[in-house]
Amino acid sequence: MLNRYPLWKYLLILVVLLTGLIYSLPNLFPQDPAVQVSSAQGDVRIDERQVERIRDALEDANIAIKAMDAEDGRLLVRLDDDDDQLDARDLITEVLDEDFVVALNLAESTPSWLESLSASPMTLGLDLRGGVHFLLEVDMAAALEQRLEVNASAMRETLRSERIRYRDTEIDDRTLSMTFTNAEDRDQARSLISREFPDFDYANEGEDRGARLVMTMTDQAVDALQDYAINQNLTTLRNRVNELGVAEPLVQRQGPDRIVVELPGVQDTTAAKRIVGATANLEFRIEARPDTPDNETQSFPFRNDESRSADLMRDVIITGDSVSSANHSFDENGRPQVNIDLDGTGGTLMNRATRTNIGRNMAVLFIEHKSRDTTVMEDGEPVVERETYTERGIISLATIQSALGNSFRITGLDSPTEAAELALLLRSGSLAAPIYFAQERTIGPSLGAENIERGLLSVQIGLLLVVLFMLVRYKVFGVFATVALGLNLTLLIAVMSMLGATLTLPGIAGIVLTLGMAVDANVLIFERIREELRTGLSVQQAIQAGYERAFTSIVDANITTLLVAVILFSIGTGPVKGFAVTLSIGILTSLFTALMVTRAMVNLTHGGKPVKKLWI
Amino acid sequence: MKTLVTRQFDFMGKRRIAFAVSGLMLLVSFAALLLQQLNLGLDFTGGTLVEVQYATAPTLDAVRQLLEDAGFRDVSVQTFGASTEVLIRLQQAFDPDVGEQVVSMLREAGAQVTLVRAEFVGAQVGDQLRDQSGMGLLVALGVVMLYVAFRFQYKFAIGALLALIHDVIIVLGAFALFQIEFDLTVLAALLAVIGYSLNDTIVVYDRIRETIRKSRIDDMPAIFNEAINMTLSRTLATSGTTLLVLLALLLLGGDMIEGFAIALIIGVGVGTFSSIYVASALLLTVHLDREDLIPPKKEAEDEEEQLP
Repeated sequence: MLNRYPLWKYLLILVVLLTGLIYSLPNLFPQDPAVQVSSAQGDVRIDERQVERIRDALEDANIAIKAMDAEDGRLLVRLDDDDDQLDARDLITEVLDEDFVVALNLAESTPSWLESLSASPMTLGLDLRGGVHFLLEVDMAAALEQRLEVNASAMRETLRSERIRYRDTEIDDRTLSMTFTNAEDRDQARSLISREFPDFDYANEGEDRGARLVMTMTDQAVDALQDYAINQNLTTLRNRVNELGVAEPLVQRQGPDRIVVELPGVQDTTAAKRIVGATANLEFRIEARPDTPDNETQSFPFRNDESRSADLMRDVIITGDSVSSANHSFDENGRPQVNIDLDGTGGTLMNRATRTNIGRNMAVLFIEHKSRDTTVMEDGEPVVERETYTERGIISLATIQSALGNSFRITGLDSPTEAAELALLLRSGSLAAPIYFAQERTIGPSLGAENIERGLLSVQIGLLLVVLFMLVRYKVFGVFATVALGLNLTLLIAVMSMLGATLTLPGIAGIVLTLGMAVDANVLIFERIREELRTGLSVQQAIQAGYERAFTSIVDANITTLLVAVILFSIGTGPVKGFAVTLSIGILTSLFTALMVTRAMVNLTHGGKPVKKLWI
Repeated sequence: MKTLVTRQFDFMGKRRIAFAVSGLMLLVSFAALLLQQLNLGLDFTGGTLVEVQYATAPTLDAVRQLLEDAGFRDVSVQTFGASTEVLIRLQQAFDPDVGEQVVSMLREAGAQVTLVRAEFVGAQVGDQLRDQSGMGLLVALGVVMLYVAFRFQYKFAIGALLALIHDVIIVLGAFALFQIEFDLTVLAALLAVIGYSLNDTIVVYDRIRETIRKSRIDDMPAIFNEAINMTLSRTLATSGTTLLVLLALLLLGGDMIEGFAIALIIGVGVGTFSSIYVASALLLTVHLDREDLIPPKKEAEDEEEQLP
């Protein structure tokens, strides 16, 4: 029989549409302003007494609390009023000690049955709702020191290979000095090193046993390093906060040595802060032999057991910068691990180092730059003093069984969360210089209320025009197309919500444009049905032929566009990637609704019935 | 609309005029891109950030209006932490006086304002975006050509590719010529133009292929005319609905989506034109023959896909 769908097809369509409906629903519930408290380390839990103290403090300050939920050692304080948010955060910070991170948040008010299906709403963009603004300070002194360390390592390598003996290397500010046993060695080293390292001004100091070579980085090199470090950090941060390209953050340089990161909405700022500010990096080093001279070794504690420590070689084989991809999983014993792939150079270095050291131990060193803010009174004014420090700890020390290549795994991490975060950090590239939070503020929408209103109005009118056009031109079939359009919108929103996409005004315009173009498939089909009717086919045959003949056009046209989108997604970055995601989803949902959903409606109303005339 | 069905337009007969029009548009676009260049927005160039503190909370729309009237471009004004603190971003090369200039203007308008800081801000997108997206686009075009060559024939692939490049260059050219601001939103619109143009071209191609296979005559221009006339009502309906949406966005949507709408209106117009006069007419120029498309008979039947 023509134009009948088997039952399973109707059921399939129903299931897809219901799922879409459920996952798009959370977008109907507005978010509450809130303050979120969570532990800084992951092991301290907030207790009842602290919760009570927070409640009292807020009540004393006349701040209306909507709800307080403590869960998994985290506390979420929901407020009634947007304006109270900042005061509440300051109050709570005062009540708690530094074991906790207190951050602003926009809490979802999705009903719990939806939440249990892990359905959540789309975030509104920086232009529509504003978000949170982080001002980060790039620690250029640390970047300089790192660069000098790397150079010193390379210089020592050069000297060793030329069998020139050196005694000591020292790093101070932007100078690197090396001591030699006599002036002759020093002069030889100078001519050798100065050829390879043009970024330094060279000077001789002292004679004989105190002969020193003093190398000062040139102003030009320091400036270049600063630009490099900032740009590298910008790229890394963009990758971190916008892996899929649909998060719509703002990441830009501000002034000579600072970076602004603005994130839309404020879902879980503590996690955001951890990811943005994390300066974790890895170093791979060989364990020192007992007879290695002291000036070539360094001692480090273990990360999960501070009482244990190990002596490692001063020279670093590779750092996290050589990682080309990383993901987390579990080993045979169910412990978290991170799988690492190295880039070409990294792989060669790793292979060379491990090949000649089989049987010795290799350590994975976890390095994190942190800062601690303390408020001190100075001339009667509170002044925030920042103290920066670096934590280095060994996360694993294992025997090299065979030469390692491009890919291997590391274990010894505390939790799956830690493994996942480490993988993300390694994947998005490490920061070229440590960064510190200089400022955290909420930020209002960048578009004026009037602009937003006009934008939304234009979008609604655009959509209305499309619907009117379809109704006038295709009558009853126009109704089918309109219903399909509505379902298309629902599915699109559902998938975007699942991906954690952010909705901006241009994004909304894009969605409406997608819908405007999505009617194309239905237009093709309906025009074809009309054509077939004119050539004298019966109503049922015309419907059948119309859908069938238009199908190749529709599929070819959409597959080519989909190809472009998929490739742009895999190669592009940032907003281009995000656009590709939206485009692909739009194509898939509109193919589904335009082909299957309208056909189901046509079959249900017309299929197998004696229809004399089509209202098309 | 009914009259269109019976009326047959001689599209291919006018193709030389159309080639001349295309050539002229391309020439103007190239000239504009080379001589005037694109007017890149804050997203690409970076600019100046000014943070000010008010004694009482100001109306942001008024501040925005004031700055725009004073000739600043691409102004964004938002509250910063508290309602009395305001963050202003301007597309303006940074110089140390901008902060004072802005504050004195705000003071003249009668507000009590102090300057907190003025600094330059960098671009929102880096070189990485440009390099990788350019690369991505090249690869995407290559793959699409392969697909079209595989599904149709290589001559079609050339036509589709040239039509696509034609459309993108003309949209870019229009933005350079009229110095309309080119920001990330416009970039997204440009990618949408690529999607639209490709979609439109393939639909026309599909009909041309079908008509060639069905018809018994060898007069290619006549076959092309027939195919294009048959898709005409569809083309008008689709570009019509899309343009309706875009006009609504352009006329009512405000500054933020203006560029987006303009890029797409030009793109949809040029894309529809190029499907007929670049993508299809070029097939005549490269001498598409029936033999290029008529496969062994059996395969032709197999190729009819089944509906899901």
